[in-house]
Amino acid sequence: MTATLTKEAPGPVEEPVLRKPSTRKRLVPYWLLLPGIVWLLVFFALPMIYQASTSVQTGSLEKGFEVTWHFQTYWDAFQEYWPQFVRSLLYAGTATLLCLLLGYPLAYLIAFKAGRWRNLLLVLVIAPFFTSFLIRTLAWKTILADDSVVVQALNALHFLDVTSWLGWTEGDRVLATPMAVVCGLTYNFLPFMILPLYTSLERIDGRLHEAAQDLYASPATTFRKVTFPLSMPGVVSGTLLTFIPASGDYVNAELLGSTDTKMVGNVIQSQFLRVLDYPTAAALSFILMAIVLGMVTVYIRRAGTEDLV
Amino acid sequence: MRWIRKNLVVIAGLLTLAYMILPNLVVMAFSFNRPKGRFNYSWQEFSLDAWKDPCGVADMCESLSLSLQLAAWATLGAVLLGTMIAFALVRYRFRARGAINSLIFLPMAMPEVVMAASLLTLFLNMGIELGFWTVLIAHIMFCLSFVVTAVKARVMSMDPRLEEAARDLYAGPTQTFLRVTLPIAAPGIAAGALLAFALSFDDFIITNFNAGSTVTFPMFVWGSAQRGTPVQINVIGTAMFVLAVLMVAAGQIITNRRKKTATA
Repeated sequence: MTATLTKEAPGPVEEPVLRKPSTRKRLVPYWLLLPGIVWLLVFFALPMIYQASTSVQTGSLEKGFEVTWHFQTYWDAFQEYWPQFVRSLLYAGTATLLCLLLGYPLAYLIAFKAGRWRNLLLVLVIAPFFTSFLIRTLAWKTILADDSVVVQALNALHFLDVTSWLGWTEGDRVLATPMAVVCGLTYNFLPFMILPLYTSLERIDGRLHEAAQDLYASPATTFRKVTFPLSMPGVVSGTLLTFIPASGDYVNAELLGSTDTKMVGNVIQSQFLRVLDYPTAAALSFILMAIVLGMVTVYIRRAGTEDLV
Repeated sequence: MRWIRKNLVVIAGLLTLAYMILPNLVVMAFSFNRPKGRFNYSWQEFSLDAWKDPCGVADMCESLSLSLQLAAWATLGAVLLGTMIAFALVRYRFRARGAINSLIFLPMAMPEVVMAASLLTLFLNMGIELGFWTVLIAHIMFCLSFVVTAVKARVMSMDPRLEEAARDLYAGPTQTFLRVTLPIAAPGIAAGALLAFALSFDDFIITNFNAGSTVTFPMFVWGSAQRGTPVQINVIGTAMFVLAVLMVAAGQIITNRRKKTATA
């Protein structure tokens, strides 16, 4: 009953009716915000400041670290690890593109063609979330192993000759090559692409498609001029939800790759947890943050959808 | 050929779905394997050993129960704090609203390693011992934004006239909140809670940095990838997958029944 009531309600209500508030009432939003915002300030914003200070420290684990405003660390770290940065952006970018190409048809299928199968398909998209992603990533080791059916088939089709020529694979192997890492990244972040795409596609009024057809638009033109532009919010948030976590990931590169496929995440992880060179690790993580935030800002500007959240 | 062209979207979509489900099927199949050696990556022979004794591996079920507890507490914390923020943001106008919106957006727009590493520097600098509590703090932090977003979406589409109607019918503020506002917001809160639970339960990167010697289930799996993977990991993975599908299916059946009785 409530469901039907809310459905009939007029669109999103940004600003409910406001009454003249008393002083006590005016403080209500602040009390509501206080605990959560304090949490974010202490455990999200403050750590960033600590990390900034760590990145300009010098010293060693035995003698202790001291803030010496040693900005040189940033330059040194970037010079030493720029291949890993480039690789991260390249892998994450490729995975995002693949997610979009693979995810769009599925989101479209669920939104417009699934009929009574819609809920089942949605469950199948979300259900993998519940098998730990590490377990599923390990399963790719089996799927991409040298003697697996998939790899043998790709080999028989001479597909691996092409990818080896492009430098994505090595000989007749897939595991421990860039292709394996990108395959894992694409797989792991696909749901993050499909769900926003589905949400924005589902909102499109079916009558718009009918109208386009009445005006003699071919299916391809309808898609290009009506469906795709209207799904842009989904495309933007989907690509962000895929690209950002993928650029910092080190699990796929570690489990499916080799030493030649290490990403920035792997370097930060080993500097922080194994080498214990905190200043370099902090500097690397800030460079990654700056690159990602910069790219995201430019992208959101260009895509023109600022009402993402 | 024409049939293929006509159904191109369906075929492409189903292929993607197959790509997404394939590893789950592999995990399931290999839960019935009897591996030679330490690694469970190649098929040897059928066996039910792992299913008969799912907790037969040292420390695995301990890590699993730790992860479940952690996810439950993280969900509770994030839902409480997040729902309050969501209501404040949608229902009230106040200064610093924009700044708070960006503070909530930022954790979602940050690579996880960056957050993980910065939290570690905080804990190291403050001399706080890493363990259950530091992981819980971190999980509440990164789940919070997702809960806010989920609840906000629902509260925004709520008709304020329903609450006005309740007040017109002489319901007090508490009564209005408990009997009108909260039930309507419930699906958003439930979605946020489910998301928080899944995110916390599955998180590896932030946990890896801030757990010290505490071992959650994802960390156990990570460790086993180096030492040798017991078949029991596949059993747990399969059980979780099946359980999730069953739970959603049950929910679906219940809502369908309700719809039918409502229309009848």
